[in-house]
Amino acid sequence: MERDKNFILGVYDDEDVLLDAVSKVRGSGVKIHEVYSPFPVHGLDEVLGYKRSRLPIAAFLFGMLGTTLALVMQFYMMKWDWPMIIGGKDYASLPTFIPVTFEMTVLLSAFGMVGVFMISSNLKPWGQPRIFDLRITDDKHVMAIDLATNSGMGEENIADVLKSSGATEINKKSFE
Amino acid sequence: MAHSTTNYNLDQKFDFTAALKKSITTVLVLGAVILAIGLIAEIFGGSHDQAEEAGHAYHWYHRLYANLWINNVYFTGIAVIGVFFFALQYAAQAGWSAGFLRIPLSFGNWLPIAAGLMIVTFFVASHDIFHWTHSYLFDKSHPEYDKIIDDKGGFFYWPMEKGTFPIFYIVRLVLFFGFWIFFFNKLKTLAFEEDIQGGTGYWKKMRVWSALFLVFFAVSSSIAAWDWVMSIDTHWFSTLFGWYVFSSWFVAGLSAITLILIFLREKGYLEMVNENHVHDLGKLIFGFSIFWTYLWFSQFLLIYYANIPEETVYFAERMQSDVYSPYIFVNLALNFFLPFLVLMTRDAKRHAIFLKVVCSLIILGHWFDFFLMVQPGTLREHGGFGLMELGMLLVYLASFALVAMSKLAKKPLIAKNHPMLEESYYHNI
Repeated sequence: MERDKNFILGVYDDEDVLLDAVSKVRGSGVKIHEVYSPFPVHGLDEVLGYKRSRLPIAAFLFGMLGTTLALVMQFYMMKWDWPMIIGGKDYASLPTFIPVTFEMTVLLSAFGMVGVFMISSNLKPWGQPRIFDLRITDDKHVMAIDLATNSGMGEENIADVLKSSGATEINKKSFE
Repeated sequence: MAHSTTNYNLDQKFDFTAALKKSITTVLVLGAVILAIGLIAEIFGGSHDQAEEAGHAYHWYHRLYANLWINNVYFTGIAVIGVFFFALQYAAQAGWSAGFLRIPLSFGNWLPIAAGLMIVTFFVASHDIFHWTHSYLFDKSHPEYDKIIDDKGGFFYWPMEKGTFPIFYIVRLVLFFGFWIFFFNKLKTLAFEEDIQGGTGYWKKMRVWSALFLVFFAVSSSIAAWDWVMSIDTHWFSTLFGWYVFSSWFVAGLSAITLILIFLREKGYLEMVNENHVHDLGKLIFGFSIFWTYLWFSQFLLIYYANIPEETVYFAERMQSDVYSPYIFVNLALNFFLPFLVLMTRDAKRHAIFLKVVCSLIILGHWFDFFLMVQPGTLREHGGFGLMELGMLLVYLASFALVAMSKLAKKPLIAKNHPMLEESYYHNI
């Protein structure tokens, strides 16, 4: 069976039930693909065992890139390419470069962070976001389980585990 | 009380043990000894400039007064920031901080002592700290008549004649301390009554008093900064000086709150305050360190760029001085680069060891900030960071810690009837 194609979905009404269910399902050996919820559920990341996002590292690196680019640009322009005396200062007067450097740092850090986030969460413009159940934007929590990664378990078993963990519905979903 | 918090001892009291008292007193004595050695060295080996005309000659006690003034202003700031932080949490209806609010509240106990020290120092040392207290500056027939200071004189002397008794200045000094202490006592009384009586009525009353205090503090902190710090360099002025001093106080105050919180937790108190709360304090320190840098740099950049002599004199006195120019970089390194780079990651804000190091260095760093504001204008080339400065700082630090901690030990550590205590307990970020 191909990965990332065929899913079995457990639909939950309540976030407290969901939190317990995640622990139960993981405890029974089923690997969870992802959990979708209409609002942030505190503690969900921990019970799912997710590692912390590495987005801050990307933000820092893009910020550093902004700092470097801004300083190089200003020194190149003001000292080498077209030296100008402004306000009786040196050609390369660092304090006057700081505001532009700050802005460039913030700008590239923010753009870089948004870009990395969009790509890593499959929101890129050329990507095709997959919607498991329309109600995840309304009032239902959905736990998606990839059948391929749990091929040893058997569909019936997984459905039983979901049912006993408090899922109100068990659905199937396949993507092209 | 809510079921979740009953596992904790809500009536816990901080035990200010004899051993702890002894170690703080040791620091106090050590500071006093270092101060005494510094004083003796200054009296006998100091640089007496006999060539200067009478009245302007440098004496050893000038440095003592300047040091007293630096620490008076600095520790007054940390004390009033304790009340400010407390009031801010109530005015903003913040729940996360409910578990440890007794720590900032205890800082306010320093205010009456600070008021006494400030007034005494002002009367003893006025001519040696504040140039504008000389009456000849306002006498048109005197060779040293100063037009600029004469124009500003009303701000100090009104309604009296300029050059006599600075009644307006003294009234402001007394008024600010009076109201700060009044608001502190009001909030303290309500907080401790809430412990006994319970109910949400006290919380609502404290919101109103907090909001009133914040309005008063917004104006008074700024004017206090002009009066106590900016008027030392009488000719010079900066419109953002009030916020610059406030931000320096605020970062130092937040660092002091965090340090005492971490200390209490390591002693086994305040179990319900965990790394999530410390994380938030770390974020505030990180953010307000950047805010301080922003104000420092805004002040510097505009003066540097415009290059108007009456403004640049402030930085010329500091940057072109062999004595003070290194401390500008110490100031920026400790107060900007250190918190910015070290506290950037989430882990650093959640682990006590990073915060202990950073907060201690920030408290030292902002002392250097006030050192740079006060000493160049009062001591010129005779200043510097020596034994006297170190000793005086230790004496004030230890005294402040003794006052705050002994008052903290008198009442319960947790506001057990705070309506948002449970929110604080569940705080999770």
